[in-house]
Amino acid sequence: MKALRNLPGWETTLVVLVVVALLGGGVLSKDFLTGQNLSFLTANFSEILLMALTMTLLVIVAEIDLSVASILGLCSAVLGVLFAAGVPMPLAILAAFVVGGLAGLLNGLLVTRLGLPSLAVTIGTLALYRGLAYVLLGDRAIADFPQAYTNFGFGTVPGTLIPIPIALGTVLAVVTAVVLHATPFGRSLYAIGANEVAARFSGLRVERTKLLLFVMSGLMSALAGIVYTFRFASARGDNATGFELGVIAAVLLGGVSIFGGRGSVVGAVLAVFLIGLINGALTIVDVSNEILTIVTGLLLIGSVLVPNLVARVQAARQRRRLRGNTVSP
Amino acid sequence: MKKRSVLLSALALGSVATLAAAQTPALKKGLKITLLPKNINNPYNVIETSGGTEAGKEIGAAVKIVGPSDAGASSQVSYINTAIAQKQDALVLAANDANALLPYLARAKASGMKIVTMDSDTAVSGRTLFINQANSEGIGRAQVQLLGKLINYKGDIAVLSATPNATNQNTWIKWMQEELKLPKYKDMKLVKIAYGNDDDQKSFTEMQGLIQAYPNLKGVISPTTVGISAGARYLSTSPQKGKVMLTGLGTPNQMRAFVKDGTVTAFQLWNPSDVGYLATYAAAALVSGQITGKEGEKFKAGKLGEYTIGKNGEIIVGPPYTFDKANIDKFNF
Repeated sequence: MKALRNLPGWETTLVVLVVVALLGGGVLSKDFLTGQNLSFLTANFSEILLMALTMTLLVIVAEIDLSVASILGLCSAVLGVLFAAGVPMPLAILAAFVVGGLAGLLNGLLVTRLGLPSLAVTIGTLALYRGLAYVLLGDRAIADFPQAYTNFGFGTVPGTLIPIPIALGTVLAVVTAVVLHATPFGRSLYAIGANEVAARFSGLRVERTKLLLFVMSGLMSALAGIVYTFRFASARGDNATGFELGVIAAVLLGGVSIFGGRGSVVGAVLAVFLIGLINGALTIVDVSNEILTIVTGLLLIGSVLVPNLVARVQAARQRRRLRGNTVSP
Repeated sequence: MKKRSVLLSALALGSVATLAAAQTPALKKGLKITLLPKNINNPYNVIETSGGTEAGKEIGAAVKIVGPSDAGASSQVSYINTAIAQKQDALVLAANDANALLPYLARAKASGMKIVTMDSDTAVSGRTLFINQANSEGIGRAQVQLLGKLINYKGDIAVLSATPNATNQNTWIKWMQEELKLPKYKDMKLVKIAYGNDDDQKSFTEMQGLIQAYPNLKGVISPTTVGISAGARYLSTSPQKGKVMLTGLGTPNQMRAFVKDGTVTAFQLWNPSDVGYLATYAAAALVSGQITGKEGEKFKAGKLGEYTIGKNGEIIVGPPYTFDKANIDKFNF
């Protein structure tokens, strides 16, 4: 309870919304609040969860990476092609990470060395990396991965219903949260996002930090690509097409400011779960796909609108309090 | 004495018959069946699933149609999971990817759900039955039968195919040649197999070439949707319109104008609605225990009649469906 009270306003709201979504889903369908169903539907947003972690860091420094889902697809294709060519799986996985890291590095170099806006750069590389994935695989699909690996994507933590990728995502979320909220490096991201010029004058290595974050985003997308490939036992060039929107929707709904300098990992993670639960609840009552798309769109708009409104209301309340209109008991 | 034995054996036969009848359980009422097409906005899929709805009404099953709006490899997975969570009795799907769905279908099977694929199969391990629109022999033979009727079993004929190495086309052509060996086709002569490479312009030119090169040409079979429409476009402006019969495999939307202006009398494809209808009956028969999916088992599928399960759990809907002026407006795909 105390931990809950210590959370900033928007995160608390998100916790409430997650509970409401859970209960709402339970009211809508008796099949919703079963361990099995919750296990299925959380597994469904494993990749979004992973990519949302590094996206949170990027958006906090006022950058964005729209190419994450394409890097996922490219790494999935690399993994599949190498595996099909007889490369041992650990090496193929390593190669996927290398490719993901390089893709992130290219994004980072274009942004930091050439001073291009990351929005434009990563729209470009979104197409580039997806194109490369198609070059590698065409419309082929590579399947038949060893069961030990597909179990990693498909299975649950022994003795529980928690999907392994979600357990992995949770561990990485904790690591990311500690790095962001409890290390000097993490604090420096807020400084860069809030005021880059000031950050630079205070001696922060803005370019190097951003470059590092893009590489991390690439590596995380590679991890998501590996998870996706094993989860569906299928490497295809079109894997996870359009997932970048889900990632960005979650990060923004999580209260991370699109203008940088504000947000938390907890918020982003809660938002991933919230969107996933809403989607899952609507799916189980057979709401059509068009409506689902509309709901995701509305959430995306709301995710920018609502935290802004909440921040304004809070600011107004604080001003009133400062004026001394309220006396604390 | 004799009379009595006849009576007795009649009685015995009767009881055997009732026993046999009792061994085939009736279709269960109130079954919950999920239809999962490749994607839900494609007109072909809409017609296909409408057949499933029709079958559901006939057998008192609750049929729901769900599906993604894109035909991505993994977009169907969450719908499979949802069907498991909803404890549906059967899942009828047209798979977007033969392999991506396998672990999820295995999970669905383990939860007790019956899996039937239609149109687009998964690996055999993923499902119990596969409802296939038509088989190669059926398609090949039916094309010749249709053309034979159209030209009164007389005259030169040609084939306008796709590419020389298209496996499905070549198999169909092989069956066409088998059918042509039957005595009733003794006055029909296959003079040329032309290849339009599934390219509109090339098919157009090839059609033109056929008509100019063979003055006794009475009919052309184009077992490819690209070839038949390009061929029809050429024929519609040629003096041979109405004299050379063109048939083959095409879609109603593509061929509608040519059927209405008299260029083409009849062509074939399958009726997607029958595919969904049969798949739903098959799913219900599986759940009700009428069949288990073994080769040779038989079951009844409403208006389509009785079906026998073939090799690897495959069931063929039947010979291709013939579209003509009378029925083409009932289809939109």
